[in-house]
Amino acid sequence: MIEIPKEVDVLVVGMGPGGSGAAKRCAELGLKVLGVEKRAEIGAPKRCGEAISRHGMLDRIGIKPEGQWIMQEVCGAIVYAPNGKSVRVDYKGPEGWIVERKLFDKHLAALAANAGARVLAKVEAKNFRRNDGKVTAELEYEGGRHEVTAKIVIAADGVESMVARELGVNTSNKLVDICVGAQFEMAGVKGLTNLIEFYFGNDASPGGYVWVFSKGNGTANVGIGVRKPWAKKTALEYLEDWVRSQPRFRDASILEVNAGGVPVGGFLESNVADNLMVVGDAAHHVNPIHGGGIPEAYMAGKIAAEVAAEAVKKGDFSKKFLKKYDERWNRERGGSLKKILKLREVMESMSDDDLNWLVEYLKGDDLVELSRGNSGFARLAKILMKKPKLMKLARKLV
Amino acid sequence: MAVTADKGRCLRCGGCVGVCPVAALRLTEHGIECSSKCTGCSACVQFCPVGALRLSGGKD
Ligand SMILES: Cc1cc2nc3c(=O)[nH]c(=O)nc-3n(C[C@H](O)[C@H](O)[C@H](O)COP(=O)(O)OP(=O)(O)OC[C@H]3O[C@@H](n4cnc5c(N)ncnc54)[C@H](O)[C@@H]3O)c2cc1C
Repeated sequence: MIEIPKEVDVLVVGMGPGGSGAAKRCAELGLKVLGVEKRAEIGAPKRCGEAISRHGMLDRIGIKPEGQWIMQEVCGAIVYAPNGKSVRVDYKGPEGWIVERKLFDKHLAALAANAGARVLAKVEAKNFRRNDGKVTAELEYEGGRHEVTAKIVIAADGVESMVARELGVNTSNKLVDICVGAQFEMAGVKGLTNLIEFYFGNDASPGGYVWVFSKGNGTANVGIGVRKPWAKKTALEYLEDWVRSQPRFRDASILEVNAGGVPVGGFLESNVADNLMVVGDAAHHVNPIHGGGIPEAYMAGKIAAEVAAEAVKKGDFSKKFLKKYDERWNRERGGSLKKILKLREVMESMSDDDLNWLVEYLKGDDLVELSRGNSGFARLAKILMKKPKLMKLARKLV
Repeated sequence: MAVTADKGRCLRCGGCVGVCPVAALRLTEHGIECSSKCTGCSACVQFCPVGALRLSGGKD
């Protein structure tokens, strides 16, 4: 095994987008940073529909959408109500991309490494303990283990989120706040376009939705998210039933079977403790309406790295100092995600009849604004007010 | 109580680890491992996207 550092400024645990965002920024700011990933291959197997918006890619992650990891440009969306009626948004150019996560995550990790971070796959960090104002962890790798000491740990360990819990932040998810996902990557799918497709309905996908994201060449990620307590079967069973109900998949093939949990809300009061900042899925940093978390994780990682650099400079790794990370996250992103959470709560309280009724009033642009948490909340509330039964929901939005 | 995973079904997504309220589960390269902290609450079983988890045993 190659040599692993024993003392670092920052230990980043997990090399998904959150970990790579953190490790790259730490290195840029001159910190000695080690990023470890327990899987043998960064980014694989994927737990993801692989969609990233233009805004997420360019502004939150901050990279040009060029490279082998771009599979398909997304030039709009089409959203289906339970009765099959749809709302469509067309853009003039690409407003997002479907990526190949295996390549994309590895690319982000390589950017971190090129910036000066040390990145090691197939190394698991465990048994964290505080020691003399720092944190010591065990690194376990093929054929051995040793200890590393860090001033700060950035926990980017995804939905499992064991690191935070070992260091005193309870990040476990309530069942109702986690979307249960299953997905087939399929080939030979008919009728794919550069629009991403969403299907809503309480029978087919209770508490969530079905997505079809083309990856080009007749391939697509066909996935579903469902939630307890509404879901009565497993996510995979819901997915199989839906795919079977659609003639266009009759002759399609399955290239991958994916599953995963998406923390869609349940935001935590704080994501810091002494020597610790939690980012990405581990910290429930996901857009609660569509479940996108790649840009959120990356952005949280970057902010955590910047606060880590300040902390190292001051020699202060206390919870009190690291609260700056909570404050910045809430100001720059958390606030609008909380607003979007309200929208999720409204959506999940609507029956199929309500949804069928609502699409008659919504325009494509409304949907985009709503999912971004920008505006449209007042307009949606106004529409809901038309139906006495939905007035209570409308009030949640304003 | 303990949870066991059907290795043929489990896709190692780790979501069950994230819903365990007492941090009893771990995702290792061999799959899901359950410690004696398990209280039998069944959150993980209800979560599992592929129906791979089962609760077994009484109090140990
Ligand atoms: C079915 C599904 C569909 C999705 N679709 C989309 C989508 O289309 N667009 C989108 O933006 N988001 C999507 N998401 C969400 C997105 O995948 C996540 O939000 C994103 O991956 C979060 O990044 P992260 O870096 O926080 O965590 P992850 O990408 O999960 O990375 C965490 C890493 O930490 C590693 N790790 C854990 N513990 C340790 C340890 N002790 N030591 C070392 N390494 C460790 C893990 O192996 C893992 O590789 C989807 C999620 C699911 C489940």
